[in-house]
Amino acid sequence: MRDAFDEVWGTGGDRTGRPGFTELAGWIANTPLHELDRRQKAAEAAFRQLGITFAVYGEEESAERIIPFDIVPRIFTHNEWERLKAGLVQRVEAINAFLGDVYGKQQIIADGVVPAELVLANAQFRGFLHGQKPPHGVFAHICGIDLVRTGPDDFFVLEDNARTPSGVSYMLENREAMLRLCPEIFHRFPVCPVDRYPDQLRDTLRSVAPRGSGSEPVCVLLTPGHFNSAFYEHSFLADSMGIELVEAADLEVDDDVVWMRTIDGRVRVDVIYRRIDDDYIDPLVFRPDSLLGVPGLIAAYRAGNVALVNAPGTGIADDKAIYSYMPEIVKYYSGEDVKLPNVETYRCREPEALQYTLDHLDQLVVKLVDGSGGYGMLVGPTATRKQIEDFRAALIAEPQRYIAQPTLALSTVPTLTDKGVAPRHVDFRPFVLTGAEGVHIVPGGLTRVALIEGSLVVNSSQGGGTKDSLILSDVTQYQSQGPDGQTQRQS
Amino acid sequence: MLSRTAAQLYWIGRYVERAEFTARLLEATLRLDALSARPAGQVAWESALRVTACDKRYKATGLPVDPQSVAGYLTLAPENPNSIRSCLDAARSNAKSVRTALTRDAWEAINRAWLGLRGLATTGGYEETLALTAMIRAETRGFEGALNHMLRNEAYHFIGLGAAIERADNTARLIDVKYHLLLPEGEKVGGVIDRDQWTTILHTVSANTAYRWLYREGLKPWLVADMLILRSEVPRSLAGAIEEAVQHLAYIGKRLGRQGEADRLARRCQTTLSRTSIDAVFGQGLHEYLEAFVVEASQIDRAIGQQFRFA
Repeated sequence: MRDAFDEVWGTGGDRTGRPGFTELAGWIANTPLHELDRRQKAAEAAFRQLGITFAVYGEEESAERIIPFDIVPRIFTHNEWERLKAGLVQRVEAINAFLGDVYGKQQIIADGVVPAELVLANAQFRGFLHGQKPPHGVFAHICGIDLVRTGPDDFFVLEDNARTPSGVSYMLENREAMLRLCPEIFHRFPVCPVDRYPDQLRDTLRSVAPRGSGSEPVCVLLTPGHFNSAFYEHSFLADSMGIELVEAADLEVDDDVVWMRTIDGRVRVDVIYRRIDDDYIDPLVFRPDSLLGVPGLIAAYRAGNVALVNAPGTGIADDKAIYSYMPEIVKYYSGEDVKLPNVETYRCREPEALQYTLDHLDQLVVKLVDGSGGYGMLVGPTATRKQIEDFRAALIAEPQRYIAQPTLALSTVPTLTDKGVAPRHVDFRPFVLTGAEGVHIVPGGLTRVALIEGSLVVNSSQGGGTKDSLILSDVTQYQSQGPDGQTQRQS
Repeated sequence: MLSRTAAQLYWIGRYVERAEFTARLLEATLRLDALSARPAGQVAWESALRVTACDKRYKATGLPVDPQSVAGYLTLAPENPNSIRSCLDAARSNAKSVRTALTRDAWEAINRAWLGLRGLATTGGYEETLALTAMIRAETRGFEGALNHMLRNEAYHFIGLGAAIERADNTARLIDVKYHLLLPEGEKVGGVIDRDQWTTILHTVSANTAYRWLYREGLKPWLVADMLILRSEVPRSLAGAIEEAVQHLAYIGKRLGRQGEADRLARRCQTTLSRTSIDAVFGQGLHEYLEAFVVEASQIDRAIGQQFRFA
């Protein structure tokens, strides 16, 4: 872990920067620390004032926190991004093909590529929706694919988020902050803009409106309400798309048609970008004890009168057990090898993998396939003897419930710390949109950074922060470096 | 616009206006307390509690009626639903869930006001209390300023409608204080204390200069009442506030293509005000007149809720 690859400085002690990153290394070296510090504080003050907060459940006093923002950006070269983009498109197309198949003919199961019980007996598989085709055949309209990097050319997918991925508001707000506070960076680097995202999202929503919705389909964003940790993002997105932000109580279903209650009577709703989990969207179908949902929403969806974004049942595609089959799934539908590989994964349901896992528990991360948020997880290298033995027993009892992965040496990026600029581990979540006309990716994403030295935990609830992620545009459009070392824009 | 959104915007207007009014009232009460050479102090604080309809609840707390306790109760007490803190909490909570209907500036103004109060536990002494009320007034003014930059759409008009209804209610309650603020024994109507009290009321609604412009004579209680009840060019007068409410309702009605009971009640109230003379008000009894007005304002409030399906 000590020799983690740094995206700017590479490996070793040289801090002048890897090829392509000397410019950024120079900016870091030449900007006084107190100046970086001042700008960082200004950015955080602005976030606080804008209310760009997330709620932490169970913490009364600090019910609202801002996610720490790091002023040192992370950079992807044009080539790096093109590679990622091709891999992301391939992966998300496969995810949608897979969803269409498992809720349709189930050919991939018949062909023995993915074991039947892994799909059919999965808690995320909504069997009652079998045969249900969403409008325009799109299931996972918005995917957040978590990537990690371990070397110059080594990107891996850590997780596919195909239900209600969040974080895109930070991608946009971080950029705003950087434009205001570090304008010189944008003079030096040809950075691709991210601010088209809300327009693309709106176009995506409109494109999947059920047929017969008319030329101006009514799209809404459904939020659990302002106590939800991602509420800022919900309101931000609805606002920037110019659509209504609704709570379940604002909607009613009548004769399988969804309406929203307005001061001028009822208005028919065509597309719902829901930021509520499956379990809570319709108390008639899922949890009768929840007040969050809209009774009858699933019936309206099944009648084809409303598009739900993402469609119910997409959870089967980002399930951890299915994840381990993603290279096979990509190959099956695209005929190509996967361009963005998985992190090596041992499926404990397979005897050999189980044996390997049991033999190397102290080196592996073991996860429950249906766990999330760090629950039901063993981090071998930092676990106690007892934790390891408890997991051993659980694994032997129900091996099919677990997967195991090696602990990765995540790449680091220079980050402002109390002791100056130092490397900190990061991951990266780009956002992939799929509409009726195909896949779009805004050149950017959310970089999460573990602010604690050596830590690999980037979760915001565990003290992780975020950085702006700069994707450089095609260098052939720009003159090569001038004699002063600065990249000049061609007019 | 969603009915829930309209209701929340309307209440943002009411809560912010209420917070500002309470700050103004507090400032005026401090002034009255300080100016009065005679022991008018306690009466002033009692009346402040009465105007904000906090008197009963305050009594139940067992706190003494002194400047610091009352000021604390009116500004920061979370258990007082009408305290400035409670109003701003409610306004911010509403603003948060209808952020899409507010401009960034309008949201920031509310959030800043809320943040400004967040760390405070006590109001401190005279000077700190004054500084606090000045801060609240500046923040709420900032909110009003931000509103002016909003699109003139339903959101703007629902906030304005809430503010107008709240203002009408507040001013009526304020003038009514004069009824409760009894003059000490031996004091004459039109005497020094009487004048102090009327001046303070003018001060509360920022209308002392306006008074000179409109009347060009010395302070006369019935003229102050005339101004604050019937002169629609005074923004905080009953006539001014109701006129504003009528206009906001008319705009919303035009956008929706129909009007309702709330429009009818508000217009009726406006017409009655325009046909009333101050002599008639005093003939009926100022206190009785104001009580009837407060009831009327609450009827308009209810009709607004029904007309736009707030519930």
